[in-house]
Amino acid sequence: MTHPRSASETEGETSGLIVARDLAAGYGEKTVWQRASFDFGRGEFVAVIGPNGAGKTTLFRVLLGLQPALSGSVSILGSPPTRGNPRIGYVPQRHSIDSETNVECVELVRLGLSGRRLGFNPFSKRERDAALASLEAVGASDLAHLPLGVLSGGELQRVFLAEALVSDPGILLLDEPLSNLDLKRETDLLHLVNGIVRSRGVTALLIAHNINPLLPHLDKVVYIANGKIATGKPSEVLTSECLSALYGVQVEVLRDPHGNVAIIGVEEHHGDMA
Amino acid sequence: MNIVLTLLADLQQMWGFSFMRNAFEVGAMNAIVAGVTGYFVVLRRSAFTAHAFSEIGFAGAAAAVLLGGQPILGLLGGSTMGALAIAALGRRATNRDTQIGIVLAFALGLGILFISLYSGYANESYSILFGEIEGVSPFEVELTVVASALVLFTVGVLYRPLLFASLDEDVAEAQGMPMMLLGTAFMVIVAVAVSFAVQVTGVLLIFSLMVTPAATAQYLSRRPQGAIILSATIALMATWVGLLLGWAASYYPPTAKVPISFFITAIVFCLYLAVRGIRLLAPRRLHRLPATA
Repeated sequence: MTHPRSASETEGETSGLIVARDLAAGYGEKTVWQRASFDFGRGEFVAVIGPNGAGKTTLFRVLLGLQPALSGSVSILGSPPTRGNPRIGYVPQRHSIDSETNVECVELVRLGLSGRRLGFNPFSKRERDAALASLEAVGASDLAHLPLGVLSGGELQRVFLAEALVSDPGILLLDEPLSNLDLKRETDLLHLVNGIVRSRGVTALLIAHNINPLLPHLDKVVYIANGKIATGKPSEVLTSECLSALYGVQVEVLRDPHGNVAIIGVEEHHGDMA
Repeated sequence: MNIVLTLLADLQQMWGFSFMRNAFEVGAMNAIVAGVTGYFVVLRRSAFTAHAFSEIGFAGAAAAVLLGGQPILGLLGGSTMGALAIAALGRRATNRDTQIGIVLAFALGLGILFISLYSGYANESYSILFGEIEGVSPFEVELTVVASALVLFTVGVLYRPLLFASLDEDVAEAQGMPMMLLGTAFMVIVAVAVSFAVQVTGVLLIFSLMVTPAATAQYLSRRPQGAIILSATIALMATWVGLLLGWAASYYPPTAKVPISFFITAIVFCLYLAVRGIRLLAPRRLHRLPATA
């Protein structure tokens, strides 16, 4: 997939948005992964892949400033991660919202913009318009006045995406937005995220289980396994050599004629031949 | 015609009693506060926690009675301590049904012990358990005014963060909101609201002001601010109509005194049933427009 790169790329903006050098993360004494170095630029679509418990969400928590790095350095938008950075839109991993929640979607999206502010300004037209515009940007205008409780998984993901986008962030962190979606909705959502990445120059990191549906859109891959992290272009990371080095055992990466990959040799593989 | 005139004369007579005027005033303030805070209680699924506060408050009130103090101060002290303790348990503590149930059973037991040690009349425990809005003292009226203003002001200031934390806890936390502080503030607000609502409905019927109006309002409005206003209105109307019916019941035969809290619970319950019934019978498009995508 090709797309016109803007002139800003040559000015060096395509690197340095999220930079890690020899980063290690974990909880207390326990290191989850270490020696991670990466560099993501403006408008890049990055997949974060790896087995369950490898530390994919931990990476997000470090970037969000919710937990400190154990060692090494990391900078996001030019400064160390701080909790509550409004320039980062975040969609946590969620299964559902209580089906009894009878609050219209536009209200949730609006809170993405002003939920942290004190005071009482429930009738602000500006906030409401921004929320409606954000819902429109994710193709969910028709959901604006529906209660959150009746939405399907795919619809909810769109509303959460609108909530994350409403403050016009430079970075989007999406934690498993594809889980519980069928193939069609999965494809739709990926096209949507890709469109946002390309049109707004947002850098998106997306945690997923299966890399194949993402491959047509991706600029880079972060592969976390065995306490280590490999990053780079999909064609560099998704090779037998790279993944064998990562896992420390012989791993085969097979490709079918459509470009889908299958990773053989590890118990839990993350490329399913479609 | 005669009946209308008699009714008007009776209303005038009722308004002539200062205890009835106090009851309408205190009832209105407490109903509004309970209706407003109740919306967040329902949204956060913390109804059981709210009930626990009232029962821990009962132990406090009974202790206050035993020591010769004001029951309302004991209620406030007990429920606020309960609120701080549950908040200290941390995130998602409101869902710890088992622990909260264990503590509230013990609190009720303590309350019964204190009441039985108190050699005075048992009316005291009856009014705390089932409410006696006609019996509020001038001190309680003043205290209610101050507390209601404080609670409504705090909810107004914390409105958006509280709504955000209630609807979308994970994102709110990631955005750097002080969840522990917000949770604690909310618990204390509910504890205070519960303590005063006990004056109207009593410890055991607290749900009729803290939960039912908000649950009904939630079905009627999908916008939080609309639902909050509706919830407060339902609680207020139920309290006032309950007071009128209670007054009427004591004047028109049969003359047996019917507690006001019964009327309030009956009114909010019937309203809830009516709203749910209409929604169930209504065509499905009222719940949800046909999918276009």
